[in-house]
Amino acid sequence: MATELATAELSAPTAPSLVDRYFTRWYKADVKGKPCEDHCILQHSNRICVITLAGSHPVLQSGKTIKSISYQISTNCSRLQNKVSGKFKRGAQFLTELAPLCKIYCSDGEEYTISSCVRGRLMEVNENILHKPSILQEKPSTEGYIAVVLPKFEESKSITEGLLTQKQYEEVVVKRIPAAAATS
Amino acid sequence: MFPLTEENKCVAWLLLSTGTCPRCIFRFCGVDFQAPYKLPYKELLNELQKFLETEKDTLILEVPNPPLKKIRLQESEDGTDNQSKNGEGRVSAIEDGSIASKHCNLNVCNVCLGILQEFCEKEFIKKVCQKVEASGFEFTNLVFSVSFPPQLSVREHAAWLLVKQEMGKQSLSLGRNDIVQLKEAYKWITHPLFTEELGVPIDGKSLFEVSVVFAHPETVEDCHFLGTICPDCFKPAKNKQSVFTRMAVMKALNKIKEEDFLKQFPCPPNSPKAVCTVLEIECAHGAVFVAGRYNKYSRNLPQTPWIIDGERKLESSVEELISDHLLTVFKAESFNFSSSGREDVDVRTLGNGRPFAIELVNPHRVHFTSQEIKELQQKINNSSDKIQVRDLQLVTREAIGHMKEGEEEKTKTYSALIWINKAIQKEDIAFLNAIKDLKIDQKTPLRVLHRRPLAVRTRVIHTMETHYVDEHHFRLHLKTQAGTYIKEFVHGDFGRTKPNIGSLMNVTADILELDVESVDVDWPPALDD
Repeated sequence: MATELATAELSAPTAPSLVDRYFTRWYKADVKGKPCEDHCILQHSNRICVITLAGSHPVLQSGKTIKSISYQISTNCSRLQNKVSGKFKRGAQFLTELAPLCKIYCSDGEEYTISSCVRGRLMEVNENILHKPSILQEKPSTEGYIAVVLPKFEESKSITEGLLTQKQYEEVVVKRIPAAAATS
Repeated sequence: MFPLTEENKCVAWLLLSTGTCPRCIFRFCGVDFQAPYKLPYKELLNELQKFLETEKDTLILEVPNPPLKKIRLQESEDGTDNQSKNGEGRVSAIEDGSIASKHCNLNVCNVCLGILQEFCEKEFIKKVCQKVEASGFEFTNLVFSVSFPPQLSVREHAAWLLVKQEMGKQSLSLGRNDIVQLKEAYKWITHPLFTEELGVPIDGKSLFEVSVVFAHPETVEDCHFLGTICPDCFKPAKNKQSVFTRMAVMKALNKIKEEDFLKQFPCPPNSPKAVCTVLEIECAHGAVFVAGRYNKYSRNLPQTPWIIDGERKLESSVEELISDHLLTVFKAESFNFSSSGREDVDVRTLGNGRPFAIELVNPHRVHFTSQEIKELQQKINNSSDKIQVRDLQLVTREAIGHMKEGEEEKTKTYSALIWINKAIQKEDIAFLNAIKDLKIDQKTPLRVLHRRPLAVRTRVIHTMETHYVDEHHFRLHLKTQAGTYIKEFVHGDFGRTKPNIGSLMNVTADILELDVESVDVDWPPALDD
């Protein structure tokens, strides 16, 4: 059954995208208990993780405008200070699943914290979104990424254990619709 | 003809009487011409005994402190039927030649432990040569290397001190370089025997090496006292079985004070029971190198074996398709593949191909005519339609540098099939043709970031040429600086390569196919077919 699906996908008329070809999508829903603040982690086959916003994140919903983005996560820690050197990436900031990466301030006064969701070392943050926050909304899963994290080699499999697969994530999103309809 | 002179007599007498072989006696008397060493052992012994006997009366008179020697002689002659009452055991044994020679043949030299006795005899060299011939190597000359047990240096040192003292009594001096090295004498004797047996010359620069390793278990402990006196000379190393390596022992012997040495080690050294044992006789041929250019016509073929977590992803690779044939023909043990850059598994290499070189380790066959190499190339090409090889040739180790040098400065040309999300017309891509020497900044691509440092590298896209295919596709021919990541220049790698085709056209672009059209490195030289 699964193989049939796979072949069907391969023979689909539109070629798979860059992300489809080289990355596996993992999701974390309602990060830190905040409803709908879903994150998407793109894991490359070489274990590198790109942290992005999931399509269902409030920031990506219509009508939202991003006022600013800040990688200053506390008074004395900015993700912009992160520097890695050499093949072994010495000097990287270490991140736990819950480590904050940045804050997104919207014009409606809401503020959102984006978390790492995976344990690993911070390789880089996306400075392009500081200068042009709109690319975060236009291309959230490519140019509008938040950060790149390199998990430990021995944890490259286990870091995604608590995350949702694409299918599980879609189920979570579908279940929300009746709930949202009921409350409104 | 006999090389010793009057002034050597005391030393020769002293050494012979304490169990040293004639050739070692020559060495300590500084006999630095080869002929005497090559004489048969029995003959040498007889001549030496005759030489010492002829003037034994003067000798005894000249020898100071004779009583000590008498005692030693009696000890060393222990078990032989020696009637002499005046202590001249060795000389009186001459009277019965057969007993003397039999006895002395059995005596293992207390300095060389048999190296300059049976191990330089024709019989032993023949045995080594049989091994060489059975090994199946092709060779036109050879280098012979021997490894002696480290305790030989200790014994050599003891004998040197003994002789130095003896000569001091005659107001003569003896420097370290006044004696002939054991290895040197061993080569003088054995090299002609090898040449005679194998019919090829000995040449220090030969790639074919025959090595013999000697050990002497009985006297291993000879070195141990040095460890307590010079502990800093004997540091344990990872891949060494014992700290008492020859180099470490030599270092300690250079440091140790003479009086300390004499307190710790018998001088003259005691006589061993047995000669050295042969630990190994080995043959090896230095690596030879083959170079050429390869084309890769498959998008499912990696350049080198692709193994992740011990599991093979694809069954073959460029290096294996080429090297397997070379291994068989050169009868080599293993190989090392290198090339001027590399392509991804899904990238083809067309045109004149990519320069490569293969090191063949320990090859048994090394001589090939250009016709034979041509046939080998044909064999590789007939065996697979995924790759083709051209310009296959034997090269030197040094020449391989040409392939790697200027890897960054050289240019490469590519052909890419590009997809864009928006519908385009021919005019929409024409502007790319006009862009020359475009500088781009590439962050280390995400796909290789796990194994390379993170950096921003500036690369130059020299020229671009577009060919419209349909509303969503066009073909792009590029000439770029080597080291440019083409795939990333097309899709932008999450905006990490700037500018990129997508940003230049203000669309989302992706790369569907990539071919290397040329690798502009002019080595190895092209050959005509």
